[in-house]
Amino acid sequence: MPEPVDARMRTGRSGFVEQGLWVAVAVLVPVCLHQIFQVVPTEGKMGVVQRIFYFHVPSAFAGFLGVGLCALCSALYLWKRDRRYDLVAHASAEIAVVFFTIVLLTGPIWARPVWGVWWTGEVRLTSTLVLWLMYAGYLILRRNAENPEQEARWGAVLGIVGALDLPIIYKSVEWWRGLHPKVLKVSGGQGLDPAMERGLMLCSLTFILLFALLLVLRCRAGALEDDLAALTRHAARRGAGAEPA
Amino acid sequence: MSPGPRGKPAPGGFVPAIEARGLARSFGVVGALEPLDLTVPAGESVLLLGPNGAGKSTLLRLLATLLRPTSGSLRLFGESPGTGEAAMRRRIGFLSHQTFLYDHLTGRENLLFYGRLYGLPDPGGAAEEALRAARLEPRGGDCVGTYSRGMQQRLAIARALLHGPDLVLLDEPFTGLDRESARHLESRLREEAALGRTQVIATHDYGRSLGASDRVLLLRDGVVALDRKAREVEPREIEALLDGPAPADPVRRDS
Amino acid sequence: MSYWRAILLVAGKDLRIELRSREQAVTLLFFALLVLVVFNFAFDFTVIDFVTLGPGVLWVAFMFSGVLALNRSFQNEREQDRIQGILLAPIDRSAFYLGKVAATTLFMAAVEAVLVPIAVVLFNFKFNGRIVLAILALVLNTVGFAAVGTLFSGMTTRTRRGDLLLPLLLFPAAVPIALSAVKTTSHLFAGHPLSRYASWLAMSAAYDLIFLAAAVLLIDHVLEE
Repeated sequence: MPEPVDARMRTGRSGFVEQGLWVAVAVLVPVCLHQIFQVVPTEGKMGVVQRIFYFHVPSAFAGFLGVGLCALCSALYLWKRDRRYDLVAHASAEIAVVFFTIVLLTGPIWARPVWGVWWTGEVRLTSTLVLWLMYAGYLILRRNAENPEQEARWGAVLGIVGALDLPIIYKSVEWWRGLHPKVLKVSGGQGLDPAMERGLMLCSLTFILLFALLLVLRCRAGALEDDLAALTRHAARRGAGAEPA
Repeated sequence: MSPGPRGKPAPGGFVPAIEARGLARSFGVVGALEPLDLTVPAGESVLLLGPNGAGKSTLLRLLATLLRPTSGSLRLFGESPGTGEAAMRRRIGFLSHQTFLYDHLTGRENLLFYGRLYGLPDPGGAAEEALRAARLEPRGGDCVGTYSRGMQQRLAIARALLHGPDLVLLDEPFTGLDRESARHLESRLREEAALGRTQVIATHDYGRSLGASDRVLLLRDGVVALDRKAREVEPREIEALLDGPAPADPVRRDS
Repeated sequence: MSYWRAILLVAGKDLRIELRSREQAVTLLFFALLVLVVFNFAFDFTVIDFVTLGPGVLWVAFMFSGVLALNRSFQNEREQDRIQGILLAPIDRSAFYLGKVAATTLFMAAVEAVLVPIAVVLFNFKFNGRIVLAILALVLNTVGFAAVGTLFSGMTTRTRRGDLLLPLLLFPAAVPIALSAVKTTSHLFAGHPLSRYASWLAMSAAYDLIFLAAAVLLIDHVLEE
């Protein structure tokens, strides 16, 4: 009987971390929202719409975190062949796609009222689109593998290639546009208003914790799926044995 | 049934050809091969039986170093494949029902390619010799795509044995073979066995091979259900094990 | 069997098969040509400058036919399980990979070599740039595309929808190459000095090195059955 995935992933320690994260997120999200909508001053040129920046940028951070974690766990999986690393890699990539989707949705919503067009072809947004495509491809490739072991292996290869490609993609798109847009320095190029900076930090922290929470939940779900598959297989074998010839 | 060849010289002396301890392979949470202990002395011919999905192909590919085990250890001729894997493969020959041949290359070119791939000192000479043994010399300059199925199989056999492997692994080699080609394969296998080469052959058609084998290994659901000298096994027993329920515990070898 | 000889052996085998069957050459060329023709109809090139749009058109043609080449390259190995024969041999898997990359690069380069003159004629373009640099740019970018493409097609050709999966994975991953190729070609067509596009060439070279190295390390995990 192949070893079931570490029990800690399903119960016990994970429960403690998970609960901690729930609490942290439950506290921070309202605080964050309060910050975004009440505390932080309205940006001079863009108005209220600019507040979407506090969702847009932290989502990008969370997405990058996902990509990095995926690559790290992919490398660890190829080295140790421990399913737990693969679970985290897969979950990270999935959640990264979710956050990249948020980036890609909030970008145009922000751009349209401010600059008049849905898609500005801005460097970071374009690069994020490419990354979104790449990691959506990661998920699709995993779906189409012939068996779970191959799926994990191939996912790992792609996860590493994706992270290697990320900086090169950014650089190439940046050179392509020929500009270095200072998206963060929106208030007249003087750097961020300290209140805005605080708001951004807080939101980034919140989003990162949100990422962590989603990761833990997704990994637990994945571990349970594994156990289910193992049990089903075991039952099938037993069942086949009990049947008369 | 004629007894298998005995008392032949074994290359490698007393080092077993195959030594597996707790060798297992799973695909995700699905266990294709449960932990297996197996010692095959050099020169032995093993008949590997079992229904589809029993793990025969998995075991053969583990032995061929095409697959890495998920647990356990494997030593071939006393060496662990992990370290000098590429060099180890020089001593292994593998034949399946797929030919591994390139249709657009001639018979000779196919053999030359594999000869060079295996680093043979005289690939050209070896290719000619192999073509002669397979009775394909007159067609050596024709593209394999123009060969009949039987001819392709003969060439595939020649390809598998071209580099004189000490361990020959065969995965359902008789599938789809016409009678003449099957006889040719049998005689080649007998020749190899007489030279002291170790063989593991997985097949459904055990009637043909039982007499030529030293040992029978039967797998069910990734577990060894039978492991005995070939001459002590009755076809009835094999039938029963193939059709009956899967055993709960693996069977240890009777000496 | 030395590493380099193994690479040459694998690449040579692919070349010999191609010369014998001429399967790929015809398909690749016609497909790339078709893309050019479609663009010729799609845009009015008497109005639009070929220098502006040409590089993009050309590289779209190259990359689409490149995907065909990559698919064929591995599908050929899947038939009769030929790839098993090679994986069983005492050569490094990475040597097999590099041999494949070399062969694919050559096929794509052959298509490019035929297509650029045809494009020049079709779009009434006068090319007075530097040929050597043009070839260097072509080769650098093609190698990068083939390097990542071969790694990916090692995986996608084993899946059911492999033909669709390969471009889905490859095009985003090859964005740096695509951008570099188009920009470099663009500068070359316009006759700009090397300094304008040297950094793009450097990026392509860096991309090639990084991904060839990564693929050599990762290919075992891709091909391990």
